[in-house]
Amino acid sequence: MVQLTLPKNSRMRTGKTWPKPEGAKNLRTFKIYRWNPDDGENPRVDTYFVDLDTCGPMILDALIKIKSEIDPTLTFRRSCREGICGSCAMNIDGINTLACLHGMDDVKGDVKIYPLPHMPVIKDLIPDLTHFYAQHASIMPWLETKTNRPAKEWRQSVEDREKLDGLYECVMCACCSTSCPSYWWNGDRYLGPAALLHAYRWIIDSRDEATGERLDELEDPFKLYRCHTIMNCAKTCPKGLNPAKAIAEIKKMMVERTV
Amino acid sequence: MADVNRGNRPLSPHLSIYRPQLTSITSILTRITGNALIVAALLIVWWFLAAATSPEYFALADAVLTSWFGDLVMFLSLWALWYHTLAGIRHLIWDNAKMLDIETAYKLGYAVIGGSVLLTLLTVAVI
Repeated sequence: MVQLTLPKNSRMRTGKTWPKPEGAKNLRTFKIYRWNPDDGENPRVDTYFVDLDTCGPMILDALIKIKSEIDPTLTFRRSCREGICGSCAMNIDGINTLACLHGMDDVKGDVKIYPLPHMPVIKDLIPDLTHFYAQHASIMPWLETKTNRPAKEWRQSVEDREKLDGLYECVMCACCSTSCPSYWWNGDRYLGPAALLHAYRWIIDSRDEATGERLDELEDPFKLYRCHTIMNCAKTCPKGLNPAKAIAEIKKMMVERTV
Repeated sequence: MADVNRGNRPLSPHLSIYRPQLTSITSILTRITGNALIVAALLIVWWFLAAATSPEYFALADAVLTSWFGDLVMFLSLWALWYHTLAGIRHLIWDNAKMLDIETAYKLGYAVIGGSVLLTLLTVAVI
């Protein structure tokens, strides 16, 4: 359901302002969402100052610098630092993106960082993605076949393989789903852009033999049709993919198979 | 599906921190204009009903609807009608899975906003 304000336990307070590093000339202000599951308090927004002269160019570089030099309790996910693992997805300067791919010069003024929107927070910038992953699993993200297994491998023409471009690159960072107002209000039943993009990836795979079942599974007022083409997903995707288009293609297939 | 709120976890901020963008604004405006047009339609039905009731009642309804406030409501409703129509056409295009890339979607968004303003002014000029 549409819920415009945050629940009482989720309202943010102004937090601590951490001391500026000594002797630094080129400071950048970071305002970062903090929530500690152990102190029983509401979330707060802490202010940090990072010396850009001794820091890498990306937002993730600044976060790592804050954690190692200013406040070791700051908690966030990160791994590959090159946009492949999808771990460091967060809301930076009002849009969801990967901290490792977002340059500090992409942001004007103070850098505001929040966890991915409308998600239960585990700690600081770490959202609980359990439900998001469960939805991904529900679309059967694997090759479903009925014919006998070929001697070597399931063959695919170059043209059919090209249909998967723009879909297989998804790293499941959850930026798109958590940018979608429809997913905010109906995320319990609406699958969201990421899971639907994956659903389409298997629907149009020439080797897959469960297309009908896959479409049957999505024929539901919520799972698929809560997409209202708001397009926040395509706008925010750090990999430049277009879940909105994938969803439109599924909706089109739904119509085409009944008329 | 999965239990996502173990231990009184807070909900991360959403609407208040997400940057508005042309696509989301044109989307919510489609909904707002659609609902506002119900009010406009009711006002016009009220005007007709008043005409069918009595000359005095029609004079009252007509006075309300042609007052400066009534004119403002009708002018905005006219814009809402054009906006909603153009946004509807855009949805028809999108339902064919066409013009959904961000660049074209933005162009369509500007076209819907600009077109609705232009058509509103044209309609006012013609009437």
